[in-house]
Amino acid sequence: MPTLDLNKTSGSGVTLEQGLNAVGAEEQLEREDTAAVGAGLDALETHVVTRRPAWKRFLSGFYPPLIALLAFLGLWELAYVRKWEPEFALPSPASVWTTFASMVSDGSAGSVIWTSVSRGLIGFAASIVLGTAIGLTLFRFRWLRSSVGPLLSGLQSLPSVAWVPMAVLWFGLGSGSIYAVVLLGAVPSIANGLLSGMDQVPPLLSRVGKVLGLGQLGLMKDVLIPASLPGYLAGLRQGWAFSWRSLMAAELIVTSSKLGLGLGGLMNQGRDLSDPPTMYTALILIFLVGIGIELIFFRPVERVILSARGLTPAAR
Amino acid sequence: MTTLAEASVDLDELDFNQDDPRVVPPAPAPAPEVTPGVLIDGVSKVFRGPGGNVAALDNINLSVAPGEFVCLLGASGCGKSTLLNLIAGLDQPTAGTVGTAGRPALMFQEAALFPWLTAGANISLALKLAGVPRAARAVRVEELLELVRLGGTAKRRIHELSGGQRQRVALARALAQNGQVLLMDEPFAALDAITRDVLHDELTRVWKRTGNSVVFVTHNVREAVRLGQRVVLLSSRPGRVVGEWKVDIKGPRTIEHPEVSALAAEITLRLREEIASHAHA
Repeated sequence: MPTLDLNKTSGSGVTLEQGLNAVGAEEQLEREDTAAVGAGLDALETHVVTRRPAWKRFLSGFYPPLIALLAFLGLWELAYVRKWEPEFALPSPASVWTTFASMVSDGSAGSVIWTSVSRGLIGFAASIVLGTAIGLTLFRFRWLRSSVGPLLSGLQSLPSVAWVPMAVLWFGLGSGSIYAVVLLGAVPSIANGLLSGMDQVPPLLSRVGKVLGLGQLGLMKDVLIPASLPGYLAGLRQGWAFSWRSLMAAELIVTSSKLGLGLGGLMNQGRDLSDPPTMYTALILIFLVGIGIELIFFRPVERVILSARGLTPAAR
Repeated sequence: MTTLAEASVDLDELDFNQDDPRVVPPAPAPAPEVTPGVLIDGVSKVFRGPGGNVAALDNINLSVAPGEFVCLLGASGCGKSTLLNLIAGLDQPTAGTVGTAGRPALMFQEAALFPWLTAGANISLALKLAGVPRAARAVRVEELLELVRLGGTAKRRIHELSGGQRQRVALARALAQNGQVLLMDEPFAALDAITRDVLHDELTRVWKRTGNSVVFVTHNVREAVRLGQRVVLLSSRPGRVVGEWKVDIKGPRTIEHPEVSALAAEITLRLREEIASHAHA
């Protein structure tokens, strides 16, 4: 047995020597198995991502909220039947549904929603332009940021409803006041979102950009802006939420016959006419618009931006 | 374009241990003059901070020939990364001059690929900035990916690649800059041993193919000896060149190669002396 072992050892020794001799040939500079080992590592370390089919994802996202909604309606019905609140304060789900259905079918709901949503979108679009410009300017000029930045953060935490009385003084009872309040609500969030997104860009990426030969403008366009998109999107989302809330508050407070009837105005109208089902219908419509914008716009955009960067598990 | 053979001949004639590395041998008249890939001449770097000035680099003289592979070795605080930043033009020396043949490419410990772009688009951006026309980019991207053995992965997202694959895409992106100088700042330090081993082989192969000058910074002595034609040892605080070794090992080197181990042991000894000299404080 020991002899066999010795043979084996010398056998491998010969191979080693042969290998060293082959080394003398100038061209052979890498081990033969490098390519295979590399390919094996690649295969082992590649994660196969399986996505559940779209309809399964839709269903699993659809059922739980539906159950919660049914439970909520049941509770509402119970409260109505047991007379926990008088009928003028809490109408039955059925009477609200009747008003809701008739407003939807005669198209009045559509026009009221459009009045508010178009105001919201115009105000939000203007806020994006302003907020982005302010954010980029503050990022570019540090001294400006250290002076104005804290003010901007303070504005972000100031409920924009508080601006309504001032806006009415400045712009009178009209669209001007409503847009002013929407802008004051959304601009700080968007500017701050962009700033924090840009702060979080790893400095290493900027260095790579410089090494690749990007100038100031190129760094902005090809590195800073794409890298800060997730933070910017979070700012936009918060900006929209704030501008939608401000808009509803403004519509509730700024009432004028010259203004088209929006969702806030509809609620006011319901109160003035002692028509609780209309008030509740307005509330439900405001709620639905909020969810709708989130589902139609922000979710898909977020999915595209985050999943491209591997920031959300694609399998979800 | 100077071939590798010509470059190494010139290397042999250069005496790096002289005080002034710019002493170029009197070349015979017909031979083309070889300009170095990197020429570092009397470079010092002082960082001014609230706690006083810190001398990071002190009178560094170093010349890297075209096609030469030089490893910079040193303990922490030797200013290796500072020196690379100076060569890359990301920072300016306090004294002395740095010259390079064209714009150098720089690789980091992290791949630092742009996560919002695919692997191919990362390389394509570098090509665009290097002035490659749009029509030629797609083909060149695939060629570069093939070169680092990642053919067909142009459409992959960065997060879908392993650490080793990302570093190879980063290498392809660096090569896309089409410069003659490749600077590497501990590019394999964060990888596991087997992956690093494979990437050593791949880097050697790619370097032979492209004929770039490489300045490879590491604190791993064996890695330096495994890869470099020349190993330069820097002292710490301030960084000075305290030793140079020519690595003359024929054929395929592996990290386990006995000659690699022997030279690494010798250099490690010198490095340990250098580090120990800082203990008195």
